[in-house]
Amino acid sequence: MPELTKESGGAPSSPAPDAPPILEVDNVTLKFGGVTALDGVTFDIKQGEILGLIGPNGAGKTTCFNVMTGVYKPTSGEARFLGTTLAGRKRFEITRLGIARTFQNIRLFRSMTALENVMVGVDTHSTTGVLRALFRTPRQRTEQAYAEKRAHELLELVGIADRAHEFAASLPYGDQRRLEIARALATEPKLLCLDEPAAGFNPAEKEKLLALIRKVRDEGYTVLLIEHDMRLVMGVTDRIVVLEFGRKIAEGSPAEIRDNPAVIAAYLGVDDDDVA
Amino acid sequence: MSRLPSLPKLPARGGKERAPLSPQVKIAMVAFGIVLAYALPLLHLPLITTPDSDFAGVLFTMAIYVLVALGLNIVVGYAGLLDLGYVGFYAIGAYSVAVLTAAHGSLPFFAVVPIAVVVAMISGVLLGAPTLRVRGDYLAIVTLGFGEIIRLVATNSDWLGGARGISKVPAPPSIPPNGADGTVTEPLFKIPHLQWDGLVPSIDPDTTTKVLKFGVLDAAPYYWLALTVVLIVLVADVLIKNSRVGRAWEATREDEDAAEMMGVPTFRYKLLAFAIGAFVGGLAGSLFATRQSFVSPMSFQLLLSMLFVAAVVVGGQGNRWGVIIGASLVVYLPERFREFNDFRVLFFGLALMLLAIYRPQGILPPGRTKRARAVQAKLVAVETGTEDEVEHRA
Repeated sequence: MPELTKESGGAPSSPAPDAPPILEVDNVTLKFGGVTALDGVTFDIKQGEILGLIGPNGAGKTTCFNVMTGVYKPTSGEARFLGTTLAGRKRFEITRLGIARTFQNIRLFRSMTALENVMVGVDTHSTTGVLRALFRTPRQRTEQAYAEKRAHELLELVGIADRAHEFAASLPYGDQRRLEIARALATEPKLLCLDEPAAGFNPAEKEKLLALIRKVRDEGYTVLLIEHDMRLVMGVTDRIVVLEFGRKIAEGSPAEIRDNPAVIAAYLGVDDDDVA
Repeated sequence: MSRLPSLPKLPARGGKERAPLSPQVKIAMVAFGIVLAYALPLLHLPLITTPDSDFAGVLFTMAIYVLVALGLNIVVGYAGLLDLGYVGFYAIGAYSVAVLTAAHGSLPFFAVVPIAVVVAMISGVLLGAPTLRVRGDYLAIVTLGFGEIIRLVATNSDWLGGARGISKVPAPPSIPPNGADGTVTEPLFKIPHLQWDGLVPSIDPDTTTKVLKFGVLDAAPYYWLALTVVLIVLVADVLIKNSRVGRAWEATREDEDAAEMMGVPTFRYKLLAFAIGAFVGGLAGSLFATRQSFVSPMSFQLLLSMLFVAAVVVGGQGNRWGVIIGASLVVYLPERFREFNDFRVLFFGLALMLLAIYRPQGILPPGRTKRARAVQAKLVAVETGTEDEVEHRA
């Protein structure tokens, strides 16, 4: 299996090659009964980069993602975020540590407004409880005002500020995806994981999404992008990890991945004997 | 079906469709509403006043149900946890007061209320801690069992008076206090009632209510006490709902997993909703006990839990004003139509059915449901061709 060296140039705005890893996936294996969903997967995400995680359907992308966000506990190996292991942590704690995600099938709080959706994310780092809410202490009012202001800023960033008071359920599809990104950013993540953010988009919308993802990275966020659409991945990522049947088959810059025979085989199909 | 009668003139945004009233007008309206609510038992308004039962007593029961509905609305409406055993907390509040003031102690009422609500709250946490890990229907079944268990424990425990219950629960202390030997002192002042000759009101000097005197005959002072508690709980409800806590509840209700991944410790917030709901339920129960002066397991039948949930659902779960209306109607309608004897329950059932058909979201659903559906309908209209202003923003 050809294993490419990491980081060789990449897009012009890519981070320094020796940037510290923010998330390390270390030899992670995950078995569901007899099925091995992930088999010794190892890679890391560096501070400030956009890493693409790709692979054909059923390759284990979303499973890998779920290990990183604490939904699944790996059978062996571990995922480390900023040096601490994620296994055994509650999901909301992982969010507080600094990993946020969006969902492949949009999961907004449908009957809350766009603004409220984002405010829930901002609330991650506030401390108001019932008593402070009851007495409207100065601290509570500061937090509330901050949450509102920050939520507005984030809606501005993703470009749907004019829809702040509409209900999430009533937003058009594309805006719902944007709202998910804003909500995830609201938790002040050090790592933002996007799970197929372009699903169901037409080419024009995809182009806008690319611009948004770059903008988010330029704001200083590290982005993990899980995506199906090769063109989108090639256009925006600094580095790509390719999974197939739960194993990592390649890792490298978009240009390297494009020419990698194993990747081409995985996507286009070749006799099993030739790949091995 | 009367669905979305006024579709066209939809506002672009959810928040501000009506021209906001000036603050002075708003305050004046609220003040008038509150004064009217306090004055209701004295006015004897024709048509509204129940002909066959003491109106002040009915109003008191309405206030208790409103209180219960506000508490249950936090659990069912905000946090989305279907609790079919809410009567359990109501019973715990009532029994705590009865035990500490009559059966096994003689503490004054107002000293006991804080204890009663804390006991109810603790029982809420004890019930919630293991059961809030299950979701949906399972939670409903477990809570249903809880309500029954509380009743059965009360029935079978001699310490709690068994099936006979506990009597002689004292009334709240009157001001000025009555004599120790039971002599009734003069009240601070008396308020005369109105009487009506057709539609002409006049002051009835013979019927007066003694302010702050909690006696057996006149329920008005109890109603005022309960109404005051309702107003306090209502303010607390607004404050909590509009804070981070309220948002966390709603997010949990909408999508528990997504909420968790947005940093909401959902289990903790569900437990909190349970505890606060139990607190309010216990409060209502303790008021009930002191007015009734007698508690027995018969007062806490399963049916009551169903009525409580009905009050919330009829009003529109998640909307505090809706559940207030719902709770009031659930008490008021059967009393108002008492002349139909047992048929009134039949009519009540019919009314509920009609409501389920024509207003499945409740009488006053939360603005979000109404507006979200309206916007949805607009989108459908746009898609099916009647597009005057297509919102294509991509």
